[in-house]
Amino acid sequence: MSSLSHLQALEAESIHILREVVAEFAKPVMLYSIGKDSSVMLRLAQKAFHPGKIPFPLLHVDTTYKFGEMIEFRDWYPKSIGAELHVHTNWEARKAGANPIALGTSKCCGLLKTRALLDGLAAGGYDAAFGGARRDEEKSRAKERIYSFRDQYGQWDPKNQRPELWNLYNSRVDKGQSIRVFPLSNWTEIDVWHYIHMENIPVVPLYFAKPRPMIVRGESLIPPEHNVIPLLPGEKAEMVMCRMRSLGCTPCTGAIRSEADSVPKIIEELLRFRRSERENRVIDHDQEGSMEIKKREGYF
Amino acid sequence: MLTAEHQEPLTIEAFLEQESGKELLRFSTAGSVDDGKSTLIGRLLYDARGIYEDQLASIQKSKVNRSSGPIDFSLLTDGLRAEREQGITIDVAYRYFSTPRRKFIIADTPGHEQYTRNMATGASTAAVAIVLVDARNGVLPQTRRHATISSLLGIPRIILAVNKMDLMDYSQQVFDGICSDFLAFAGKMGFEEILPIPMSALEGENVARRATKIPWYDGPALLEHLESVPVTGGRVSGELRFPVQYVIRPDQYFRGYAGQISSGTVRKGDTVMALPSGKTSRIASIVTFDGELDAASAPMSVTLTLEDERDISRGDMIVHPDALPAAARQFTADLVWMVEDPLSHGRNLLLKHTSQQVSVRVTSIESRLNIQTMERKPAPLLELNDIGEVQIEAARPVFFDSYRENRLTGAFILIDPISNTTVAAGMIQRAVEQQRRFEHVTAEERQARNGHKPAVLALRDESLALRLERRLFDHACQVVALDGAQGLDALMAAGLLVIVPEAESARTIDLNALPLPVSGEAAVDAIMAYLEQQGILQSDRFSAGEGI
Ligand SMILES: Nc1nc2c(ncn2[C@@H]2O[C@H](COP(=O)(O)OP(=O)(O)OP(=O)(O)O)[C@@H](O)[C@H]2O)c(=O)[nH]1
Ligand SMILES: [Mg+2]
Repeated sequence: MSSLSHLQALEAESIHILREVVAEFAKPVMLYSIGKDSSVMLRLAQKAFHPGKIPFPLLHVDTTYKFGEMIEFRDWYPKSIGAELHVHTNWEARKAGANPIALGTSKCCGLLKTRALLDGLAAGGYDAAFGGARRDEEKSRAKERIYSFRDQYGQWDPKNQRPELWNLYNSRVDKGQSIRVFPLSNWTEIDVWHYIHMENIPVVPLYFAKPRPMIVRGESLIPPEHNVIPLLPGEKAEMVMCRMRSLGCTPCTGAIRSEADSVPKIIEELLRFRRSERENRVIDHDQEGSMEIKKREGYF
Repeated sequence: MLTAEHQEPLTIEAFLEQESGKELLRFSTAGSVDDGKSTLIGRLLYDARGIYEDQLASIQKSKVNRSSGPIDFSLLTDGLRAEREQGITIDVAYRYFSTPRRKFIIADTPGHEQYTRNMATGASTAAVAIVLVDARNGVLPQTRRHATISSLLGIPRIILAVNKMDLMDYSQQVFDGICSDFLAFAGKMGFEEILPIPMSALEGENVARRATKIPWYDGPALLEHLESVPVTGGRVSGELRFPVQYVIRPDQYFRGYAGQISSGTVRKGDTVMALPSGKTSRIASIVTFDGELDAASAPMSVTLTLEDERDISRGDMIVHPDALPAAARQFTADLVWMVEDPLSHGRNLLLKHTSQQVSVRVTSIESRLNIQTMERKPAPLLELNDIGEVQIEAARPVFFDSYRENRLTGAFILIDPISNTTVAAGMIQRAVEQQRRFEHVTAEERQARNGHKPAVLALRDESLALRLERRLFDHACQVVALDGAQGLDALMAAGLLVIVPEAESARTIDLNALPLPVSGEAAVDAIMAYLEQQGILQSDRFSAGEGI
């Protein structure tokens, strides 16, 4: 029983979850966010259905504020392994000028991420959606089930979750309701990098340190891409040796100063880190319990 | 505070080396509301460096602090707003940390009775449970309920954490009293180990380091024990159980059965049987993305291909024919009822078990556990959070092992087909023999099949006798011409399969010596498979399970 390494045990559990969903739901989809967790989830999906193809499409919710390197990777990697990718954007809000400075981050996220996600899921008629969220990322995520039930409006009710025992998942939903499934629930950040290392999984180059133009504001490194953040007087982008620890929209994802330009170096860096990976994400902090609020509304 | 040994490695080589030897331990907390479960886990994470500085800073900034110390550690796991507002845990929080020896997955569960279902959720996958008791209050009904659920869920080892010892002057007398109260009922529950530890989550005494304020205790601190306790979830039989989850058919040349091995080992070339069809074949290959394997063991997720085309689908189970699970439509089970709406007998529900779903009826409620007296008494209903024993009848046979033998093939959940909610967790005890009694196949039944009556015909002319035998045989009669053979030899000569109680000679195949499942139908299946394997039954139509 215990002869498997803990990574192999996590892998076996995740593959079991992926297969359960495909066997029990009519129309599953994988939310593809382009980041390291999505890369790992995609590899696990390849493993789960080998030698068959991945039996569901990927959906990327594009806020249009993603890094250019992310979009390049998105348009290359899934195709290279034979996966089918759909992209959904809330163009109505985007054309109306939605951005985090004008609307504030939570409203911007609500429109470009949550609304777009719910519309994208409804448009595809998907009854189950895989997400790469991990319980160790954030305190309200630590409360998630592996199968997270969502009502007709995509909402999460954390006070009334279905019991989830052993590896027996309740997949019953009525029309319009759906399940979000988190196959990486029990993985930690270091597990993800360890697996990427062992399996040689491609990830977006933004994770690796190199000199990049950044607006340096106090401790923060703000990517100037998309020109959303207004510059303070005298501020201009300068070259800084840095990398991204997690990927999101450029205005809301800070970089960290780092020399780690390879997966082993990233792991070594993480071993020394005393700060969490979402620290540089604006959206988790703009209010106490803000992730929980977003999740209740239908965010991943 | 941490010893040098607790330092994480700093190079990738050291990291990979250390990780390769690490085991994974899943444990959960249990106990009554406010006994300090979340505080204990927060403290453990803090002391074992399992939390980040910014997470710590955010709880230090928090408006809420219900503890008497500078940091309210419970906020590290009580991540929902409602939990912080009400000061209780509502749902399980899963937290992760590692030491150089092990990786840990913690399920911090709620103590409040209303959320017992969430406690059961966290405990179902745990190999160890920490049952907390507030030193001021001693053992409470909820302590008993959680200890009982932990035992029913098959958690082999528990730690009795007598917490808040700081409020009782670290008194040995208080500790001893609580231990003996606890052992008085939990000692009979079949745990492999109950380790009592006096501690203070608030002050970190006996949490990640040994206590300095408890000189009379010389046992291990909590973390020390968690690093050495066996990691297996206990009681998993070694027999192969492979529930088929999904059939992979990319093209007409490949047909693979995908699943996660629940228990045991499967090897290339093994003769296996698929249930419920009872058809046997051999493992042609064990396929994974990373190449084919010669053998695979639980809990690996693999894909099996067989040498013969077999009609196998999701919900079927692949096993070794000499180690079959029980197969029955009726069985008894322990149940934890988890919704307001009470269970009465006759209720129709959906059963989810391994990879199959089947309609079931709860035919009777045999007993209900009284948490105050710990007695099991007959009851008409099971109400929210009740623990009871029931009989269940399924629409078709279910293949299982008793939960005591196998935590995966003995477990099920019940789902209400109307509300879709999970209403109960169940642990199978045993098959209930079906009412049908087996009697001798009658002379009339044989006559109907054979197309003739039984008769003994005397004919002295031997060549005429053989001629007659041939003619009758060609007409599909059951006939044998005997030349002096007696007793069993005569019956053998007649080509019959003869069943006798005891082995009468070396030639007899002694079925008494086979390891057989307890359930009657499954035992017959096993014998059929054995006879097939021995080459006595040759054709597919004799395969076991045909009668089901
Ligand atoms: N003095 C003292 N107080 C403690 C100790 N452990 C916990 N407490 C306090 O006891 C109260 C309840 O603690 P929690 O950790 O929330 O209890 P819990 O068992 O998680 O409660 P539920 O999850 O709601 O069942 C808090 O005010 C804690 O600060 C301890 O060792 N000593
Ligand atoms: Mg708690």
